[in-house]
Amino acid sequence: MLRNIKEKAGMLFVSLMCAIMLSPAWALASEVAEVAQIPAAGDPGWWKWPLILLVVTFVMGIIAVLGGVGGGVLFVPIIGGFFPFHLDFVRGAGLLVALCGSLAAGPGLLKANLASLRLALPVALIASTMAIVGAMVGLALPTHIVQLALGGTILGIVAIMLTAKKSTVPDVPKADALSSALRITGVFYEPTTKEEINWKIHRTIPGLLTFIIIGFMAGMFGLGAGWANVPVLNLMMGAPLKISVATSKFLLSITDTSAAWIYLNKGCLIPMIVVPSLIGIMLGSFVGVRLLKVAKPTFIRWMVIGILLFAGLKAVQKGLSTMGVSLF
Amino acid sequence: MSHHNTQATEEQVLYADILEKGMYAGLAIMIVAFALYVLGVLPPVIPLDEISLYWSTPVHDYLVAINTNFLHWETLPIGWSWMKLLGYGDFLNFLPVAILSGVTILCYIVITPGLFARKDKAMAFMAMAEAIILTLAASGILSGGGH
Repeated sequence: MLRNIKEKAGMLFVSLMCAIMLSPAWALASEVAEVAQIPAAGDPGWWKWPLILLVVTFVMGIIAVLGGVGGGVLFVPIIGGFFPFHLDFVRGAGLLVALCGSLAAGPGLLKANLASLRLALPVALIASTMAIVGAMVGLALPTHIVQLALGGTILGIVAIMLTAKKSTVPDVPKADALSSALRITGVFYEPTTKEEINWKIHRTIPGLLTFIIIGFMAGMFGLGAGWANVPVLNLMMGAPLKISVATSKFLLSITDTSAAWIYLNKGCLIPMIVVPSLIGIMLGSFVGVRLLKVAKPTFIRWMVIGILLFAGLKAVQKGLSTMGVSLF
Repeated sequence: MSHHNTQATEEQVLYADILEKGMYAGLAIMIVAFALYVLGVLPPVIPLDEISLYWSTPVHDYLVAINTNFLHWETLPIGWSWMKLLGYGDFLNFLPVAILSGVTILCYIVITPGLFARKDKAMAFMAMAEAIILTLAASGILSGGGH
């Protein structure tokens, strides 16, 4: 009985938060940003947006944990689409949100030998280099082009979430020459089956080449890239799912670091946006972990897909409207 | 069943230890710096009640506006120029961000000699290359913000 009530309360909570986030009222904020000028007088209500940001990122932290996605992938499209902050600052903050999540999880995953440094080293070298290029290109392009590309990417992520399969321990008959030469292999203990699982990878070169695109997009949009890292490490290169998820999480600490420096050096950092976002996401993540026991993963997954779909369409609409094209 | 071969390697544990310490240091400094900023203990460059007038403009316009209205420098405040403004509440918050973004570089620098010592040359060269790339990104040279 009590369990049932808790379950319903949990569902009601996430439904309410979803409804708030999808409310048309949020759309108004973005319109304000487009026509805002710099007036001479101060704004006594300056504190409202950081406070709303704190609340929304708190909810986002909960949803990210329950939906099994990184905070960055929700942060940039939602905050960029519905808050009055310019996309340059949102992308900078988004990278830091993803970076901090990765820094918090990385040490534990490395010590538990779930994240593999040997697997991450070559991947990170390519992804972080391309993230620098992506960040520089993203900051050089007109905002509406980035907005449009961001919308397209978010819709692509929705498609990946809807179609991508996962393989707990993919069948890798033989490690390829490059991964053998680099000794990218490992052993981890699976407590559910009480087995030590030896793993190795294959298709290393195509996998590494894919990280050229992933790194570029991570830097350009400030999204983090777990949504792409995991399928490539797991399905293409054949790393077990646990190793892929953990290595992907750790990998973001390297990829996002390189891009974060570009945004920092370009001045895309407003502490009043960054710090409430980090606090909100981290507190939300703590609560999200506790809610995991009562929330229904399938419902949350569909909710995340719904939010991303809406945010992706909003980004496309914003990009097109700047070009004088009306979508709706 | 023995789990000794499931243990993380020496350099992986070393990397994790440094990453962990850097993360805690960065987050702790971030909380203190933000409190000093918001509570008005340290005066900001951009007054709190004026920050909302700037955050909706593109970064270049924002930098031009804050330079014109507050800093009056000959060049825009990009690259490492925030170091000169650490006495101000808002720019003090750049310090923890730099620590959080910089700790990975330190991790790579520290593990590289061990990899060379174990004759793990390919991984050592990759770690060294990564440290160089991240240092270049941090320097501001790549983004035209070097000072």
